[in-house]
Amino acid sequence: MQYRALAIPDPRQLVYGRSPRPVKCGFDLEIGGGLVFPEVNFTLPAIEIRADTWSEVMAQYHEMAGNIVRRAVALQVPGIVLEFELLPPMTANPPWGAEITRLLRQHLAEAYDRHGLRSALRVTPTDIRDQTRPPVLREGAPWENLARSFEMCIEAGADIVSIESVGGKELHDPGLMYADLRQIVFAVGVLAPRDTAWLWDRISQMCGAQGRAIPGGDSACGFANTAMQLAHQKMLPEVLAAVVRAMSAVRSLVAFEHGAVGPSKDCAYEGPVIKAITGCPISMEGKSASCAHFSPIGNVAACVCDLWSNESVQNVRLLSGSAPEAYTELLAYDCRLMNIAASQGHGLLLRDWLSQSDEDLSAQAAMLSPAATCRIAGAIVNADDQYQRTIAAGKSAVCELRERAAAGRLKLSAKEKQWLDRIEAELSALPGEDDLRAEMLDRCADLFAPRSYGWE
Amino acid sequence: MDQAYELYDAILSGNAKAAGALAQEAIDNGADPGGMVASRMIPAMDEVGRRFECGDCYVPELLLAGRAMKAALNVVRPLLAAGATERAGTVVIGTVQGDLHDIGKNLVTAVLEGAGFLVHDLGVDVPAARFVEAVKEKQPDILALSALLTVTLPAMKSTLDALARAQVRHRVKVMVGGAPVTRQYADEIGADAYSDNAFGAVKLARALMGENPPCSTVR
Repeated sequence: MQYRALAIPDPRQLVYGRSPRPVKCGFDLEIGGGLVFPEVNFTLPAIEIRADTWSEVMAQYHEMAGNIVRRAVALQVPGIVLEFELLPPMTANPPWGAEITRLLRQHLAEAYDRHGLRSALRVTPTDIRDQTRPPVLREGAPWENLARSFEMCIEAGADIVSIESVGGKELHDPGLMYADLRQIVFAVGVLAPRDTAWLWDRISQMCGAQGRAIPGGDSACGFANTAMQLAHQKMLPEVLAAVVRAMSAVRSLVAFEHGAVGPSKDCAYEGPVIKAITGCPISMEGKSASCAHFSPIGNVAACVCDLWSNESVQNVRLLSGSAPEAYTELLAYDCRLMNIAASQGHGLLLRDWLSQSDEDLSAQAAMLSPAATCRIAGAIVNADDQYQRTIAAGKSAVCELRERAAAGRLKLSAKEKQWLDRIEAELSALPGEDDLRAEMLDRCADLFAPRSYGWE
Repeated sequence: MDQAYELYDAILSGNAKAAGALAQEAIDNGADPGGMVASRMIPAMDEVGRRFECGDCYVPELLLAGRAMKAALNVVRPLLAAGATERAGTVVIGTVQGDLHDIGKNLVTAVLEGAGFLVHDLGVDVPAARFVEAVKEKQPDILALSALLTVTLPAMKSTLDALARAQVRHRVKVMVGGAPVTRQYADEIGADAYSDNAFGAVKLARALMGENPPCSTVR
């Protein structure tokens, strides 16, 4: 099914906490039904994951889950999502990921029974299919272990499953480093959608087969967040990262065209566009994810979220307790403020403040404003195929940046303006999909395997 | 403007096709290859490096300049006196076991190659035994280890331990980097050098090769 219209055409209806298609999951939790809930993501400190360290790994997760739940109960959160992102060895060895899933689920079950804490567990296996160069995406041990990992984690109690899929990244990474727009667009607009479609047909089927977990969504983390971090380190132009962000929404939307229902993944900053198009709830992260990474979008990221996440925090000791419980508290207070504002009819005002506090300070933040979100989303649904949609999203991002700069709202350096000109010219000069594919098969034959994308 | 000046501009602007053609034209017109490298090509790369360090250009410009430099060198190298184009050094690089991240490693690889190092890239999720094997087989001057995940940091130490067990640790300088790596951690595991960015890694590699005085991040 391809989305042809916006589920939320009016930017004033694009708000946090409420989605036209809320989802129910886990322990009596409705996401997108009016409240924003914290989504806490946590990870291990430095420890090797091996059979002989496994009891210590389990003890760490037991401690983290216990501390998070205790803090959530103490703060009377109306609901919470725990996210467990499997580490590569846990996906490569599916019973390990399933064992931790079972443990976390048990903590949530006990908290629901004892305290009535509404909750859900999101589980995100690592996409380990890119271990070889070029990656073999549709066969072999990595894919088999990834698929088995999904199955076993669903069986062990995952309420929501997600992934940060990597199809196309093998071309996108070098494309970014050389700012090669043709290669970037081919990677994110042709290869990635093909892989996402293939993958999500299978993930949705696995969820359906067991009947309890919901297929959440995919994240363009490996594409747009890579660009964002490189821009932050002054390695790439910020306008390029902003345009890549807009274009990456197309490949993440494909997951929803193939069964995902939300909430989308927290690091998918393309989430607002997904929400505007699909009406499905989304998870976002921003200022309270500073434990994991820098971002120029700390407030604006919260504008239309349904879950509010910390991205990932290590289990290290802080003065107030462990870092995961401290970040639970941060998120709880962020959500409390958003929810009270909405309940008193000020949700739109707070949303606009969140947007206005960031959107003129960074090209990337501008992309996440509700106005830009609706514009990019509209450009996507008005184009025909994934390739044309990707180009349309890129061009609408360029227009948005130009208009903001021309109005004196967004300050772009001369160097950034030159890059914007170059990006615009290159987007306009892109050939048809077949011609670009032929060019890439010729120029980048050593970087990707056509059979990974269904081409012989 | 003669071809040598144009060559400087071609490298600076990252135009590999023009750089190769201009180098050939200059040689055909009797230019001294050694002088051309010293007075035009290396200064062009120095200038792009300076611009990057000042924030006046981004990585793509730097890498494209490196690619143009390579194109020109391919023309000039066969004509230079033996020894004049010796490699700056040999590096084996990889992301440690359990870690699939490679963009940082790839960037270090590209920048090292641009600086004249011969780089053998082992890829991602590389077991310690494979690093040991590569040290024996490739006989690098430097082994560069990358990690992005906190939980894969211990694999750096395992790799160093494996080198010691195989009695090849003394044969190679070990350089480490990646988001969770700190200088303290590098010291703890006995690495020879640590950098938190790709360009720092090149400076370190040069220092390890004895080109520059050791800096504070080299043990």
